[in-house]
Amino acid sequence: MKVNDLRDMLSLQVLTEGVSLDAEVLGGYVSDLLSDVMANAKEGDIWITLQTHLNIVAIASLKGITGIIIVNGRRPDEETLKKASEEGIPIMSTKESAFEVAGKLYKALNV
Amino acid sequence: MKLERIIHSLDAVVITKFMSDGDEIEWACATDLMSEVLYYSKDSSVLITGLTKQQAIRTADIADIRVVVFTRGKEPDTPTIELANEKRITLLITPYSMFTACGRLYEAGLRCCPE
Amino acid sequence: MDIKDTIEGSFHIVGGDFSRAGEASTEIKSILQSLGFNKEIVRRAAIATFEAEMNIIIFTTAGILRYEITPERIKIIAQDMGPGIEDIKLAMQEGYSTAPDWVREMGWGSGMGLPNMKKNSDEFKIDSVVGEGTTVEMVIYLDNTHS
Repeated sequence: MKVNDLRDMLSLQVLTEGVSLDAEVLGGYVSDLLSDVMANAKEGDIWITLQTHLNIVAIASLKGITGIIIVNGRRPDEETLKKASEEGIPIMSTKESAFEVAGKLYKALNV
Repeated sequence: MKLERIIHSLDAVVITKFMSDGDEIEWACATDLMSEVLYYSKDSSVLITGLTKQQAIRTADIADIRVVVFTRGKEPDTPTIELANEKRITLLITPYSMFTACGRLYEAGLRCCPE
Repeated sequence: MDIKDTIEGSFHIVGGDFSRAGEASTEIKSILQSLGFNKEIVRRAAIATFEAEMNIIIFTTAGILRYEITPERIKIIAQDMGPGIEDIKLAMQEGYSTAPDWVREMGWGSGMGLPNMKKNSDEFKIDSVVGEGTTVEMVIYLDNTHS
């Protein structure tokens, strides 16, 4: 599935502007610990987290993460969104929890 | 969902056990950030976390969460196990990532507690 | 459960001492449990106190956690000698945090501490002077019908 399919499936709100949602989602990664993501996330993963600060963009970029889903209705600040747009990393948000988002994505990827 | 089903779904190793296999867990809470545990959890929850440290046990205890699952097969250190014993918290380790662990439990019917 | 007088006590909290983080709150929780308060009240008080304790440890050099229990209510006062909060309204926003990165790696700093304290108390008061410190007062009313 592509990022925009995921967006539709989970009714995510896209927060970044002008970023392509065309990339293929290969897996999912749930973590709020940056060191953990750096060590274990894989290229093509969608990163599910409630961390909203600027560092998440750099890490997503470095690891080839396809997109970031911010859960529990949190919102990154403008600086983070701007950097994400520049790096071509879509950031989307949902009111749902990480457990629910992971559950649904896992199901969709493992059919 | 019964504890034994959680253990089974997660292919979990039991480190400490203070509940019966047949005891019911109503909700799941998956996060590495402790304040989130305190904000969103209800009792009768299982905490799934990658923060495989004493803090997770302390936080679970304060929030009346009786079952904690560490992900990625990360073995807790001795002080953490001692604390789990002291607080009578059931501590499990799953070899799966947080993503897969959530996926498996969700598939088995467990849900996250409402706010 | 039968309280006639006020029960009070306090704990000194050392800033930066993560090894003992949660000890004071756990103690206060035990006290409330031994007094027979209902589970939900104990849980709320424990959470609010724990967050207050963590804030002192994460952001300040030292502080005091005080509790006052009467037949009507539990009052928790957290007073610290920290840097103070410049913008309280901002600090109360869910997700807003001034915690440095290493704190996030320890599982804190998600910006939910103060919101959590407010959520779990019936009355919440916060005063702060930049350069001097912060005082938070929280009150939880007791409902004796569900003990």
